[in-house]
Parts: sequence; C-alpha cells; structure tokens
Amino acid sequence: MTLEISGLCSGYGRKQILKNVSIAKVSGGEFVGLIGPNASGKSTLFKSIAGAVTPTDGAITLDGRDLRRASRGQRSKVVAYMPQSYGCNAVLTVFECVLLALKQMTGWRVKQDDLQRVSSVLHALGLSHLSDRGISKLSGGQAQMVSVAQTLVREPRLVLLDEPTSALDLHHQLSILSTIRSFMRNKNMIVIAALHDLNLAAQFCDRLVLIREGEVLADGRPEQVLELKEIDETYRVMTNLEKTSRDTLYVDARLSA
Amino acid sequence: MKPARFVIRLNSFWGTYLAGLLSFDVEYRRESFFLTSQQVFCFRVCNSERSVMSFSPDKFGNTDEVGATTETYEKFTTHVGYHRQLRRRYLTLLGVSLLLCASFVFDVSNGPGNFPLSVVFETLLNPQAHGIKLEVIIWDYRLPIAITAVLVGAILALAGAQMQTVLNNPLAEPFTLGVSSAASFGAALAIVVGWSIVPNLGPLLVTFNAFVFALMTCVFILVATRIKGVGTETMILFGIAIFFAFNAALAMMQYMASEDELARIVFWMMGSLSRASWEKISLGAILLSLALPYSFYRTWQLTALRMGDDTAISLGIDVARLRVEMLIVISLLAATAVAFVGTVGFVGLVGPHIARLIVGEDQRFFIPLSALVGALTLSLTSIISKMITPGIIYPIGIITALIGVPVFISLILSTRKERLS
Repeated sequence: MTLEISGLCSGYGRKQILKNVSIAKVSGGEFVGLIGPNASGKSTLFKSIAGAVTPTDGAITLDGRDLRRASRGQRSKVVAYMPQSYGCNAVLTVFECVLLALKQMTGWRVKQDDLQRVSSVLHALGLSHLSDRGISKLSGGQAQMVSVAQTLVREPRLVLLDEPTSALDLHHQLSILSTIRSFMRNKNMIVIAALHDLNLAAQFCDRLVLIREGEVLADGRPEQVLELKEIDETYRVMTNLEKTSRDTLYVDARLSA
Repeated sequence: MKPARFVIRLNSFWGTYLAGLLSFDVEYRRESFFLTSQQVFCFRVCNSERSVMSFSPDKFGNTDEVGATTETYEKFTTHVGYHRQLRRRYLTLLGVSLLLCASFVFDVSNGPGNFPLSVVFETLLNPQAHGIKLEVIIWDYRLPIAITAVLVGAILALAGAQMQTVLNNPLAEPFTLGVSSAASFGAALAIVVGWSIVPNLGPLLVTFNAFVFALMTCVFILVATRIKGVGTETMILFGIAIFFAFNAALAMMQYMASEDELARIVFWMMGSLSRASWEKISLGAILLSLALPYSFYRTWQLTALRMGDDTAISLGIDVARLRVEMLIVISLLAATAVAFVGTVGFVGLVGPHIARLIVGEDQRFFIPLSALVGALTLSLTSIISKMITPGIIYPIGIITALIGVPVFISLILSTRKERLS
C-alpha cells in the first residue's frame, strides 16, 4: 500500500493555503509526523486528502488510484480523518459514538461483529470503563481518545490524525501513540499525524514532514529533519538535537534572542 | 467495574453451589473459565440481559483455576452494557406505545355524551349498531378528533426532533422558528382580506393559506442555510426574526379586522382539534408514512450529525445535502400540522426533549420515541380539554402549554443528573 501526493494546491475560496505540496511515496505501516507551526496548512492538507476541502490542483494517489476521483463513500472507506475539534453536547454514550462511526460504512442493522469491533477498539485504547458514560460528560482528553477510537474502529487504510494528543496528559500521550503505532503496524495502515511536540514526533514517527505557509520544507527521517536549520527558522526558536542515554532523540529548544 | 487481572478460583463451596445451581457455562471465543461466586453473580447480572455466555462446572466442588484476563472480561461487559441499554429502550418504546393506545381509546370513549364504553366499542365495530346519532358522534366527531390529536402530535414532535438535530439547537421547533406565526398570518390574511395564492378554494381557503405561508417560511430557512457563512446558530436567529415579523403583520391584520373576523383569527390561533376531518387525516397519515421511513433510512447519518459537522464530514457524510433533504421533509411536516390545527406550541419542543431524556440521541430510538411522546402529549391534551368543564371542549393550544410546562420542568429537573448514569 502506498500514498503519494504531488503538486497539491488547495484553499478556501480565493484564499490559497497549500502551495504545490508534494509528499513522496509513503508505504503501509509507516507513521508520518506532520510538523509545522500554527496555521501552516496542516489541517488543510488533511481536509484535502479526506475530501472535506476540494483541492484546486494536484494528485493524491492511494494504491495507484487518484483519491480525488473517488466518490465520497469510497473515499471514507479507505481514509479516516480525525478532526481537531472533538467533544460535543450530544446525548450519546461513548459506545454509541464509536459504533456510529463504524455504522457509516456498514449496513443499517447492528450486527454482533460490529459490537465486537467497537468493544475491542475501546479496550485497546483503555476506554472500556467509560463505554456507558455520556460523551458530553467526558473531560477534554477523554473526548479526544473517543475521537481516536472513532477513527481506528473503521480500520481504514489511511489514517489522518489532526493533533491527536493535544489534550492528553503525558501518560496518555505516550499510550495513545504507541497503541496507534501497534494497531497500524498490525493492519499495515498508513498514519499521518500532525504533532506539535517535536520530542513525541521524534519518538514515534518513522518519517517527519515539515510544513510552513503551505509549503513542504523538509521530508525525511526524524534525525535528519530535526537537525535542519529550517526547524529553527520555522518555529523561530533555537534548537539543539541531543541523543538521550536511552538512544531516543531529544529536542532542546529555547527562544532565540 | 474494572478488575485488574483476575484469576478465578472455584474452590469455595458456595461458589460452586451457586454456579451449579445456575448451571452456567462460560464459553466465549472458545475460552472456558470458571468464576468465583462473586463473579458468578456479577456475570449472572450481565448474563440476564442476553446469553452471551453460560458456564457449568464439570466437577462439582473441585478446584479449577483458569485465568480470565481483563481483556476477555471487558470484551463482553462492554457489549452487555449496550445490550442492556437497548433492551431498556425497546421496552420504553413498547410502554409508550401502549400508553398511547390507552390514551387513544380513552379519548374516543370520553365526551359530552357520557356513553358507556361498550356502546362506543360496538359503534366502532358496527357504525349502525346504536342508531344514526351515535354513528355521527363517534365516526364523524370523536374518532377524527382523536386520530388528529395522535397524528398531529406525532408530526409536530417528529418535525421538532429533526429540526433540533439538523440545526443542532435544542430550541428549534416549528413554533420557535416562526412557522406557526407565519401560518397564523396566512390564516388571518384569508379571514380578513379573503386573499389567497390559489383562488376559489371555498372552505379550505384558510387552511390552504396557512399551509402556504408555513411552507414559505420553511423554504426561506432552507434557502438561508445554503448561504455561505451562515451557521446553524444563525438559523435560530433567522427564525426569531421571522417570528417577530409575522407577529407584527398579524397584529396589523387583527387591527384591520372586524369584530367577527377578529374572533375567528383568535380562535384559529388558539389551535383546535375540532377542525379535524377524514381528508386531513389521510393527508397527514400519508405524509407521516413517507417521512418516518425516510428518517429511519438516514438514522446513522443523523446520529453522526450530532457529533458536530467536522466529525460528520470526516465520517464521509455529505452534511450540506443531508441538511437540505431533512429540512424539506421537516418543512412539509411542520406546515401540514400547523395548517391543520393552528398554533400548538410546545409539543414540537417537549416530545423530542422527553425522548432525549429517556433514550438519548441514537436516532433509531430518538425518532420513534419523539413521535410517540408527541402523539401521547396531544392525545392526553385532547382528553383533558374535554374534562375540565363537562360539555365544553377547550382549544388544545391553551392546554398543552398550561399543563405541559410544569410536567416538563419537573421532568428535566428530576432526570437531568442520572440520564446517562
């Protein structure tokens, strides 16, 4: 399974956000981190791939098929996009919320198999104890985990996560990302996640794509990308890439004078 | 209930005894294990909902140790919780349906005539059984009113439920969106000026004008949702603006009206079931029998819509199209109901709210229960409107709000906390 994006231009109305974005071949089981400052076009890129925004130019090829030509239904079967906004005031339980995400792809009737899929995803993400809780009663972090569950339960081929860890505590950041990673490796999916924490990105991603003002500045292995001076320029900070005693990368950042 | 990792021992006498007594047979995904009495009890509780498992100890009183991981435990407890919830919801639907049947029968059998129940039933089965007078009272008067109450209640509540879902606002209903006041204005226009969009309608003039104006308002709201940058929150504001505009126009009509016309306008606005007729009933029934299956067809998408537009879009739903389709259905429903009975506020609001408090917003249950509660509310109102002063039937529009509001408020206060415990 492969994903390739070439010359993608996209935006809202006359405002162009993405300018000629190209991402070279991503293969199945690869965890791609999308990094870049706020308002750099990360969400727009996700929405363009997921079909929520129509690109003006370029191609998104998944397994040799142009996603832009696929119908809404076909696309939603292979691509799952977790939006940045989560949580709502609906009177639904966590179980129902995850079930409804799954039911968009399968028939009207709820089958035993559907319930099992929901249960196992809830279990994998450590949400089983919340399954009967109302979605509106959850904390921000819990609601975000439910949103991740809604994405994973559909077992798509391409998962787009828009800041999946923004509301989570340290334990849950690590546990969610490692759950996602083992889940995707098992199912040979592609995951692209927008992450603000460069250390998390370094720890979990196989590849990082740096994006600024709608353009791709760098694309490569974490140790290569994080060392570039573009990181400092993009984030307007001074960074130092270090290797910890456990052989993980650590980005030491401070404000530039 | 989340045990860390439990190893189940079956060595206590009572545990084995209880297990044997209940003859459990734990078999789940080809994994067998035994449970302590406490866990047997806990599984028994879960199991009573649906036999996802059963368990029988092969050797009475012997110690068997099988590790059951949290995983297996959670895998079924999560379903079981859901199954329990589903069963409760099916029972609720059944219960409310039965209540509605009872209320309908009571509504038909009650009235100024004070006929015994047996006479009413015999006339229902055989119209000529007790003479022409009873036939007219039951078949031309009581039955149409009772059916209209059920039908209009269901239509109003269904329209309210869909409006609340589609516009993502718990205050949306035909009344708050100005549909009712537009219909009132249409009716007043017909009464005072005698003007109608379609000429020569005779006695149907008022109803038809009310329908056209109600529909126009709905279409206006529909068109407004298509304007770029107009969010669903703005729709309610539009509705309120429409409400005030038509109320002002209506006041103008009332000012211009003669005394007789004024009385007719006021009576129309109060909302009354006495305008019931078999033609209206068949029209309403056809509409409802088209709208309900359509809503059911869209249930999963509508449920997803409650998660917010972003999530719904990310799940592959064409949100804009769904919204337009639903608003067309809602427009027809609301306009028809309002044209038939006049201004009956509150039912469109209370039906969905009570349904939401009881079954949540899984639309497979929310839609039918909203309609049922709406029907029940109006049916009960019809009964009460006859019973306050014997011989006089009060306009239902007055009764719904007067009696409904305290019930509604107490319900909100009592169930708010534990509605999703």
